[in-house]
Amino acid sequence: MSCGERGTVRVENGKYRIKGHFHTIYANTPIYNEDGKLLGVTNPRDIIHIHSYGGEAPFFESLKDSKLLATRCDNEDCEHPGTIYIPFRIHCADCLQKTTVIDLTDLARKTARIHSFMVTERTGAFNTLPIPIRFINVEFDGVDTILMGILNCGEPEIGDRVVPIFRTVDPSFTILDLAWVPEGTPESDLPEGFSF
Amino acid sequence: MITFSKQQLKIPHMMRPVYMVTGGMSKFGRAVPEKRTEELVIDAFQEASDFIGMKPKDLKKYIHSCYYGHFADHFGDQLLGEAVIHDRLGLDPLGNIGIKTGGATGGSTLWEAFKAIASGYSDCVLAMGWERMDEVPTDEGNNYIACAADKDWETPLGHIYTGYYAVMAQKYWKVFGKEEDSFRRTMAEIAVKNRGYARMNPHAQGPMKITVEDVLNSPVVAYPLRALDCCLMSVGAACAILCDEKTAYELCDNPLEIHVTAGSHTLRVADRRNMDIPLLPNEHPDQYKDLGERFPGGDRYPGFTGFLAARIAAYYAYRMAGIVDPNEDLDLVELHDAFTISDIQTYEDIGIRPYGEGRTYVESGDCYHTNPATGKPGRLPANISGGLIGCMHAVGATGIMQAIEVGHHIWGRWSEMHSDSAKWERFGRTKPEDWTDLQVKDAKRGLAISHAGVGSHVTATILVHPDHKLERSDS
Repeated sequence: MSCGERGTVRVENGKYRIKGHFHTIYANTPIYNEDGKLLGVTNPRDIIHIHSYGGEAPFFESLKDSKLLATRCDNEDCEHPGTIYIPFRIHCADCLQKTTVIDLTDLARKTARIHSFMVTERTGAFNTLPIPIRFINVEFDGVDTILMGILNCGEPEIGDRVVPIFRTVDPSFTILDLAWVPEGTPESDLPEGFSF
Repeated sequence: MITFSKQQLKIPHMMRPVYMVTGGMSKFGRAVPEKRTEELVIDAFQEASDFIGMKPKDLKKYIHSCYYGHFADHFGDQLLGEAVIHDRLGLDPLGNIGIKTGGATGGSTLWEAFKAIASGYSDCVLAMGWERMDEVPTDEGNNYIACAADKDWETPLGHIYTGYYAVMAQKYWKVFGKEEDSFRRTMAEIAVKNRGYARMNPHAQGPMKITVEDVLNSPVVAYPLRALDCCLMSVGAACAILCDEKTAYELCDNPLEIHVTAGSHTLRVADRRNMDIPLLPNEHPDQYKDLGERFPGGDRYPGFTGFLAARIAAYYAYRMAGIVDPNEDLDLVELHDAFTISDIQTYEDIGIRPYGEGRTYVESGDCYHTNPATGKPGRLPANISGGLIGCMHAVGATGIMQAIEVGHHIWGRWSEMHSDSAKWERFGRTKPEDWTDLQVKDAKRGLAISHAGVGSHVTATILVHPDHKLERSDS
């Protein structure tokens, strides 16, 4: 079993520089059946993975600034120019040219509505969201795709207007920094750390 | 892509016909702690050998290359598990390859094996699939499955894959179900049917004699989907032997011609863009012009209500095999009922019913072995194996299990393979006193659909009795 500083990473000159411990091992234990016969062993350990957002990093970084970024294909030679993508796509799915990053925040505030939804009290391991979780799929005027997100208060209905909220205090730099609330929700009802 | 070129829509033309000569399966269970994966794989291979009256050592001599379907390395905590299995099967030094396409892994394994024979690379191949989903608790299993969603944009949202299907169920219920309670009951009926059929299958993990009310009262997993609407998490293996014509008739007297095709669509349901509906041979260009009027919201295709990948797989497969109307030209289907809602969606994608009318396949009784309304044979029985809801979803094996089950009917050997009391006993299961022979009489052609993610990959496998081949169509 390891101890000490939990692993962190930075990049210098295009290379990962790691610091601290990235894996923890534990003693295994035997698995017996009711007759005391050995059938196997447990295999416990903790691992910290390293993950690059690459060209999607601007999306995740902008959430802390209350900005919802999308991308648009501006290649006039594309079969479908002007396609707007959110989830953010670095390259157009049709022509594979680099897309243009656009700020979708105002459009989202004015036109976002629920395309579909679901409510669950069951989650997989490592879930950090309070239950019940209300998934919503959000559509926007003029946008070709439908973003999945979390409704943070209220009960979802298809067609309801929603507005984005952003975790601006202690951001996680993940999709969990973005959530949605029904239009007209007062700021006082937002979860801790979130603002419009 | 949202428009397709004529090159992309070309109907595959194989170099020579391909045949399935046999298949075999292990027991399927939520956990099988008493066996290593290779023991399950060898159980499946032994059954495939027995089915054609051969010893494994003799059947092995015909195999020239191997195709291994195993989706989730992290479940079994073994990278390159294919090499472990290949070694334990004693098939070195033959070439082999692992195939991973999520829930469609079994179907994709058949797809690769099929192409190896059709191209002439091999005359006899092994398509073997398995999954080991019992080496983590269920909530960690749900997280592992959710890792097949986009890890940055979707997985953190609850780590629960059922949720991605639940949003489709909600949308479909609103648009095509018109929010009617009767539609919800129709969904539940699928779970009752499939778990009931599983009672007659000794391999099946989830047999249950239940009612629609039981489904509607089962715990909510992701509203509107309830526990009994959902497929199983399984351990087990299945294999098939595919051959060219000459080898096929050396190995058995009645090989089945096999066609396998594949389609795909976005990993994230979020990325689906609007497009025109690609039409199947039993549809016409004006058929869907008023879909949005009849079902408000239904004109967004594929939206959250259809699976483009299934539609494209059927688009190729029907024309390759000469299927015009699946209701007329097929005798049974095994569909990927990961959830009751996806089963209904698939009826429309593969043309059993037009878009918007999938529920009528169940409500008419057509999907049953014996139509409960008429007492006569169902027009196109579905998932007599019990499907993923009642039999198993040992991911890498699932699509192969489906093909074997279809094959048993066409070979006329379904009863033999499911009634054997010794097999029930060997699997530690009690054969029900009301065990019923579900053989589809005079089955000549059948279809199996293998499906991944929220429709990221789908394969269509058509099996045809060689005396009942149809003429392919390229139009």
